[in-house]
Amino acid sequence: MIRYALGRVLAGIPVLWVVATVTFALLRFLPGGPFDKERVLPPEIRHNLERRYALEGTLAHQYVDYLERLARGDLGPSYKYVGRDVADILRDAVPVSLELGAAAFALAVVGGIGLGLAAGARRDTAVDRSIALGSLVGVSAPSFVVGAGLILCFGLGLGWLPAGLWEGPLYAVLPACTLAALPLAYAAQLTRAQVAGVMDQDYVRTARALGVPEARVRRRHVLRNALLAVMTYFGPLLAILLTGSFVVERIFAVPGMGRYFVTAVTNRDYPLVLGVTLVYAVLVVLANLAVDLLYAWLDPRIRVGGAER
Amino acid sequence: MNARGWVGLVIVLALAGLALAGDRLAGYRFDAQDTAQALAAPSLAHWLGCDALGRDLFARLCEGGRVSLLVAVGATALALALGLGYGALAGWVGGRLDALLMRGVDVIYALPDVLVTVLLIEVLQAALTGLPDLWRRLAALAVALGFAGFVGVARLVRALVLQAREEVWVEAARASGASPGRILLRHVLPNIAAPLFVSAAFRIPAAILAESTLSFIGLGIQPPFSSWGTLANDGFEAMRSYPHLIFFPCVAILCALLGFHLLGEALRERLAPRFRA
Repeated sequence: MIRYALGRVLAGIPVLWVVATVTFALLRFLPGGPFDKERVLPPEIRHNLERRYALEGTLAHQYVDYLERLARGDLGPSYKYVGRDVADILRDAVPVSLELGAAAFALAVVGGIGLGLAAGARRDTAVDRSIALGSLVGVSAPSFVVGAGLILCFGLGLGWLPAGLWEGPLYAVLPACTLAALPLAYAAQLTRAQVAGVMDQDYVRTARALGVPEARVRRRHVLRNALLAVMTYFGPLLAILLTGSFVVERIFAVPGMGRYFVTAVTNRDYPLVLGVTLVYAVLVVLANLAVDLLYAWLDPRIRVGGAER
Repeated sequence: MNARGWVGLVIVLALAGLALAGDRLAGYRFDAQDTAQALAAPSLAHWLGCDALGRDLFARLCEGGRVSLLVAVGATALALALGLGYGALAGWVGGRLDALLMRGVDVIYALPDVLVTVLLIEVLQAALTGLPDLWRRLAALAVALGFAGFVGVARLVRALVLQAREEVWVEAARASGASPGRILLRHVLPNIAAPLFVSAAFRIPAAILAESTLSFIGLGIQPPFSSWGTLANDGFEAMRSYPHLIFFPCVAILCALLGFHLLGEALRERLAPRFRA
């Protein structure tokens, strides 16, 4: 198990290197520097600016320099937010995104699996059909549609909840619901399908034939096997939450990473874009690692054949 | 196909019809401004009302649908073409090449895909200098989204080809002297077409979702051009006082995604029941 875990951790390092290199290359392909719009500067000043922002020398030189500073955890100064380091900005923004993501994750997992189980256990009843229909609408609704609907209803219409900013737990309710909507609906669909599939398995029929009480069959045989398959969805789910946070943070003016990324791209704030991308990559790698480990812990077949996928 | 599938098909065809007809159906040009009608509520003259510049919302939704669907279909076609070539090569040749190609897929999979898509759009946009503005944006979006989708297709195709390679009919074809290319095109491809078709049916709504989301946050289609996402964004700004401006674009997107999902589910049930997109 420890060997397996170590192997997965080491496999993440080349991924991070590729992310850093690809983003570096992509950003240098973009036309124009961050100071092009300003008036023509005397060469000395321009030179000083370039030195301050590590833009001097050849591309190869800049790349090596960039990787070196990266290894030291230095993400460089932001182009747009004068006097602030990228690492500094991220220290404020990352926890906000993580809180939002964690709340949405809990909501999606608990709600989605709960609804899926409720539907799967009562196949072809009104409850099942309405949950199936609801989750179909849920996977078809972009987060800005959900967000706008929630703001109109609870923010502007009823005035129960704040429709923006980030100043306390109450402010997290609408963004978290918006972010969780799509994965929740998807988890419900998946759980429902899994439960239905497991119910048809031979071992369930055997257990019933042997006279095992129905409640026990459901808990021991159906639930366990269905959940094991649903767990494979946790990795993609975390990715969806990270993706969704861009829109949600913009809609609700939440000062997290996603919002900084969008403005950084439009501002050509290269170091900030690189910083956010790297943090995202680290989070994705860590999330996948956690899911892999959890899965290996639950399903011994993976641990044993760990090298072979 | 089941009843829900037919509902989905009707929705999809209706929206495609609106997109094809474009603003001709509305009786107004999508960019014709009539400031006297600015922010007008829905009426007989303007079925869905007008935006802040007095442009007919229905005409703009038709025009926006054209852009959204074009990007989605382009991205899906590209993802399929790339993924088919890549996956078939890996699955058919196998061995070292397979390991190398799949390693590449693993790395791309681990990249944060929105970020890469956004950066790719900006780079492509800058690189495609020869094209007119709107087409440049469209092409950049379609290529970036297609690239984001191709790894999934490649994995699927590889798994399907690996499975098919062991079948008796492949051996029979080989024994009767068919060339590898012929076996792939005439025997393997038709046999794996059903799950591929189903995955394409789910890829189109995914692309619509991605495009509208990017356009909504201002990184996809940009003014003066519009897609459903930009229209929703325009509406979002004015939501407090003029909710109809965000309501109708959202309904259009919701209908499109719902229609494609219903259709996709029905196709899956009919063609490839064990396949999960």
